[in-house]
Amino acid sequence: MELDALILSRLQFAFTIAFHIIFPSFTIGLASYLAVLEGLWLVTRNEAFKALYLFWVKVFAISFGMGVVSGVVLSYQLGTNWSVFSQVASPVIGPLLAFEVLTAFFLEASFLGVMLFGWKKVGPRLHFAATTLVAIGTLISAFWILSANSWMQHPTGFETLPDGTLRAADWWKVIFSPTFPERFAHMVLAAYLTTALVVGAASAWRILKRGADEAPCLGLRMAIGMFAIAAPLQLVVGDLSGKEVMRVQPAKLAAIEAFWETRTEQPFHIAAWPDRATEGNRFEISVPKLGSLITAGSAAAEVKGLKAFAPQDRPPVFIVFWSFRVMVGLGLLMIALGAWGGWLMWRTRGPEYSRPFLWAAVAMGPAGFVAVIAGWIVAEVGRQPYVIYGVLRTADAVSPVGPGQVSASLLAFMIIYAVVFSVGALYILRLIGEGPETPPEDADEPPGNPLAAGTKGVRA
Amino acid sequence: MSLDLPLIWAAIIATAVLLYVLLDGFDLGIGILFPFAASPAERDTMMDSIAPVWDGNETWLVLGGGGLFAAFPFAYSALMPALYLPVILMLLALILRGVAFEFRHHGRARGKAFWTGAFAGGSLVATLAQGLVLGGFIQGVTLKGRDFAGGPFDWLTPYTLLVAVGLVAGYVLLGATYLIWRTSGDLQVRARRWAWIAAAATAGLLAIVSVATLLVHPRIAERWGFVDGAFDLSALFPLLPIPLVGLVGLAVVVLGIRRAHHATSLGGAYLVFLSGYIGLAIGFFPYIVPYGMDFRAAANADNALGLMLVGVGILLPAVLGYTVWVYWLFRGKVGGDAGYH
Ligand code: HDD
Ligand code: HEM
Ligand code: HEM
Repeated sequence: MELDALILSRLQFAFTIAFHIIFPSFTIGLASYLAVLEGLWLVTRNEAFKALYLFWVKVFAISFGMGVVSGVVLSYQLGTNWSVFSQVASPVIGPLLAFEVLTAFFLEASFLGVMLFGWKKVGPRLHFAATTLVAIGTLISAFWILSANSWMQHPTGFETLPDGTLRAADWWKVIFSPTFPERFAHMVLAAYLTTALVVGAASAWRILKRGADEAPCLGLRMAIGMFAIAAPLQLVVGDLSGKEVMRVQPAKLAAIEAFWETRTEQPFHIAAWPDRATEGNRFEISVPKLGSLITAGSAAAEVKGLKAFAPQDRPPVFIVFWSFRVMVGLGLLMIALGAWGGWLMWRTRGPEYSRPFLWAAVAMGPAGFVAVIAGWIVAEVGRQPYVIYGVLRTADAVSPVGPGQVSASLLAFMIIYAVVFSVGALYILRLIGEGPETPPEDADEPPGNPLAAGTKGVRA
Repeated sequence: MSLDLPLIWAAIIATAVLLYVLLDGFDLGIGILFPFAASPAERDTMMDSIAPVWDGNETWLVLGGGGLFAAFPFAYSALMPALYLPVILMLLALILRGVAFEFRHHGRARGKAFWTGAFAGGSLVATLAQGLVLGGFIQGVTLKGRDFAGGPFDWLTPYTLLVAVGLVAGYVLLGATYLIWRTSGDLQVRARRWAWIAAAATAGLLAIVSVATLLVHPRIAERWGFVDGAFDLSALFPLLPIPLVGLVGLAVVVLGIRRAHHATSLGGAYLVFLSGYIGLAIGFFPYIVPYGMDFRAAANADNALGLMLVGVGILLPAVLGYTVWVYWLFRGKVGGDAGYH
């Protein structure tokens, strides 16, 4: 395949956005978790909550910084690499992205400063308010960006003018396009699960290495509570999402399930090797009729296969099919982990005494990140060959820049991200390895960053 | 009543970019000054003085870019490909310096040294890249219809390099004067010396860039009444207050440095920037992609601009309000005991 500016830009966008989403999926959940911890501390005055807060806020500061800098890259890349997309989409989703900056980014960024460095300058209640505002900011940010993305997946509420440009006709329908509610719920649940898995893994690791102190046990139990509630809900929301996909993007559904023929009683493929060249699966392990049943609700329902679409309108199948299975497989494991932990909490002395469970929790630590990226690959690659579904093809959306520039930038991103990511991961893992400290005597030392103490005594 | 939405939006975007320059300018400048600090402890204090606010400052850059995308999509889609390499360079540099705020504290000996270097180098490169973007913008972009149609290195000329160096001097001035305000003791003494040098360099480079702009860009020269090597006073006269503000600003900077008086010199530096910014804007107005697309031709659909104006009317005052509050909260001197550990 020839490496033209289009394919390079796609690689660059996929690479930079996959890198970015790692951090939101963690910071959205962690911000809410920190707000809960600080709130619980204010109410109960149990020092274990404070120890957990002071510990996780350090991890949060590192992750948030990486989320911010990788996000700035994306907002400029829409212009540098996808200038035609910008022209076409801006009349409709431009305001959504502008509102994201105004309602979310400023809120997060400003109160982050107070949250990390204002410990001595504001009272505990105001500090709690700052933490809460950061958490709300992350959720608002997810709201707008998913609203924009949902519109791109299934555009509604717009009209096409005679000169071919788009124009919003009904802002309500643009912002709340039909697939938005499921997508937003699915993403927020994904973020909460991702965070809970990391918190659970870190707590379990700590207990395994240094015994069952109060703070890590508390962290572990909170994480189990989150798995037990959010993981089953995620299955329900994901299923609703799938039903929407079938309704508005039947080609994507066919790719997700590797259906080639349009028929009733579609089988469910547990595993398959879909091949676009032969328009079929090279091998498959299937359960008869189940495919129609779970996608359409009845074994007798007819479900479209990929052959119903012209070859140039079909998304890549292999990657969509397998990414979906990775996501759902991990989702099922999360449900199992929640059930196991819940059972241990309910029927035994506690999860902290079950070494197999603790090791399982450690092993599942990264599962959320993998599932999130897999999920986005399903959604975005499954939308191909369109960038705005049915309106603009990805191939037509690219900037008039040469392959030389894009390969240079792609290479530079790969190098810099590799350095930043590995160092960031190292520092976070190192912190997690140290675990939460029991708070020292003057427990209102500023959290996060030892330097914050530099602002000591300047209360005035 | 019908509002001139494109004009209002041009003013909003211009203000966002100006606020970005004024706010992130000082924290990039502090990064550039990093290698000149006397000790690691001093560097810690310098970083500490901006740590709570840098993220908010950088968000104005996101508003500038995102706002351009949303309000003037055709300008965004012409300028970004035209300035592809310097924009990407800026983003990469901003990544390195942005993560350095946290990474510096978690790194051990070698790691810390590396991220100190990354913070300084990233700040310098980001500033140079912004200067190249600015210079490339002023010197104009080749368009075909509404799309960029030039080459990948159009932005690289002696003029843009000069602008880039000028911007470095200007940001260093902002950084040094900010440090005069926020620090005390030895570091403040050093900051005053930096501010002297930067003020001289900024004044000199601003003058050279102004002359170069007049010589290189006949359209701008004409606006300032400079035709065929002579000034037409009737055109020049109404614009004279602009350079005057710059001179007043320089005087205030000098006064502020001599007395080491809180934020006075920073205020003066802001006047200098304001004068330079308005001076340039006058030169290319009403172009938003010089010299082929004016801001009306680049504007988004009216209903999008209208919706966003309502949003901005409600949200921007709130944003400004809590931004000012955060600055107020952290207004004291950064303690000399910052390096206690
Ligand atoms: C589901 C959530 C989500 C998704 C899909 C995206 N982001 Fe993001 N973004 C966030 C959630 C988020 C956040 C939670 O608000 C971040 C991440 C961590 C952080 O520090 O803030 C953030 C930071 C962030 C920033 C820096 C904000 C600042 O200066 O404080 C920018 C400019 C973007 N993002 C832009 C984008 C663009 C252009 C995206 C898609 C093309 C995108 N993000 C996808
Ligand atoms: C954050 C989670 C997201 C991830 C991980 C993600 C991932 C991807 C991937 C892998 C592609 C490449 C598909 C292909 O080329 O085959 C893509 C395409 C694209 N996505 Fe997303 N996406 C995300 C969210 C968004 C959002 C929120 C937007 C815009 C509001 C967006 C805009 C685009 C655009 C413009 C393309 C076209 C460029 C291309 O095909 O590479 N994406 N995305
Ligand atoms: C448990 C069963 C699950 C099912 C049935 C399911 C179903 C789906 C479907 C059908 C999509 C595609 C939506 C579209 O393209 O329009 C999707 C996307 C996605 N999934 Fe899942 N999912 C499950 C679990 C998970 C888990 C555990 C995570 C992460 C922790 C996750 C994260 C995502 C993300 C981030 C996306 C992309 C955003 C979106 O389109 O909503 N999913 N999922």
